[in-house]
Amino acid sequence: MEVILDNLPLYLRGFGMTLYLLGLTVLFALPLGALVAALRISPVPSLRVVAAVYTEWLRNTPLTLVFFFIAFVLPRIGARLDYEIGAVVALTLYTAPFFAEAIRSGVNAVPVGQAEAARSIGLTFGQTLGNVILPQALRGVVPPLINVTIALTKNTSVATGFFVFTLVSTGQRLANQNGDQVIPILLGVAFFYLVITIPLGQFADRLEERVVVNR
Amino acid sequence: MEPLVVLDNVNKHFGELHVLKEISTTVGRGEVVVVIGPSGSGKSTLCRAINRLETIDNGTITIDGKQLPSEGAELAKLRADVGMVFQSFNLFAHKTVLENVTLGPIKVRRKSRQEAEKRAMELLERVGVANQAKKMPAQLSGGQQQRVAIARALAMDPKLMLFDEPTSALDPEMINEVLDVITGLAKDGMTMIVVTHEMGFARKVADRLLFMADGRIVEDATPTDFFDHPASDRAKDFLSKILTH
Ligand SMILES: Nc1ncnc2c1ncn2[C@@H]1O[C@H](COP(=O)(O)OP(=O)(O)OP(=O)(O)O)[C@@H](O)[C@H]1O
Ligand SMILES: [Mg+2]
Repeated sequence: MEVILDNLPLYLRGFGMTLYLLGLTVLFALPLGALVAALRISPVPSLRVVAAVYTEWLRNTPLTLVFFFIAFVLPRIGARLDYEIGAVVALTLYTAPFFAEAIRSGVNAVPVGQAEAARSIGLTFGQTLGNVILPQALRGVVPPLINVTIALTKNTSVATGFFVFTLVSTGQRLANQNGDQVIPILLGVAFFYLVITIPLGQFADRLEERVVVNR
Repeated sequence: MEPLVVLDNVNKHFGELHVLKEISTTVGRGEVVVVIGPSGSGKSTLCRAINRLETIDNGTITIDGKQLPSEGAELAKLRADVGMVFQSFNLFAHKTVLENVTLGPIKVRRKSRQEAEKRAMELLERVGVANQAKKMPAQLSGGQQQRVAIARALAMDPKLMLFDEPTSALDPEMINEVLDVITGLAKDGMTMIVVTHEMGFARKVADRLLFMADGRIVEDATPTDFFDHPASDRAKDFLSKILTH
């Protein structure tokens, strides 16, 4: 316990970086995911293919490989990124397809009759999406989006291997310095992850309950 | 009679399946046309093609002198003038009954909320569900939902109403409340195309009856002629099947 309190600044440094990666990645990956989802349900076949290939490719590639690509391959071809920005780019590219799939499944869960009724009273494609489809899709979409965000929180730890000081770096450094107290040190690391993930999970559960009640 | 809807040589395939075959017919302003025929004969597809919820391969569909635009704002504008009532009601599940009826007038016709709500309440009154205005669709019976769907379509002041088996999803005791509303509209001079299996209703309200089989209009007659002297074997066969039970 003491080792945690004594090194609180180091924990907070790792925690801050983890939050930073999480926040920026959500900020970029969510709109990118929405765009990919829109492409996947668009009437244009070539756009659907592009979105599908991107989604399936990234979803089936280990995150570490994506990091390797950003950290070592991009500089070779002349694109030098700051390590933290590189981590955000890797996490964004990797997470966006998961967001996209969550959004797409929510949209698909809305019966087609809803869109047909909307179009038949003269709403445009945009109005139909905005007034009828998305409001109904959203209720079902937020819980899976949160689950992706929880997975992302844990995935930020991969940046540790690529010179970014995350919560796991805190744990590594402290464990090296205090070999006899590894267990409390790691429990401390876990605690800070839980500070992020448990409230997110509870929020998702609460929304899920509300959706059930509303139906 | 002044023509409102003109179909000229319309063809439609679903893959290999030829579902609409050289369909040509005209619906006059104020006319009530009832479409009957066996399952799979293309009645729904015809209805949906007129509202362009289904594309056609070739031929032309003209509504009030304008050919159906292919996509975009023009098409949306045309759809606003054509009311559609579905077998499965399709009320917007996340909106109240009143909001279901006011959405189109506010978003498409640019009416003020106040004005749209006033008109919506009149229409809900007319179809007999004004006391349900604040409820969600799921809280209503099927018959009530279908009457709301009719009010929603009427709120756009359509030139034409399309009904695709409006009572097929209803429990028997609710069928008449919906048919009565449609009969009322017919009396008021609304132009309508109604796909239905309710033969008594067809005989009563139809000015003209189209009998479809295998993607073709096989008979085009007055209800009396059709029911009393069907010309084709297909129609005789169809009538013998439905009139025996
Ligand atoms: N989206 C679709 N894709 C492929 N085939 C379709 C599609 N919609 C309808 N069909 C087929 O087209 C034919 C005509 O269908 P349609 O729904 O127009 O018939 P219907 O006369 O309305 O029948 P019912 O009385 O059962 O409603 C049927 O054979 C049907 O299986
Ligand atoms: Mg049908």
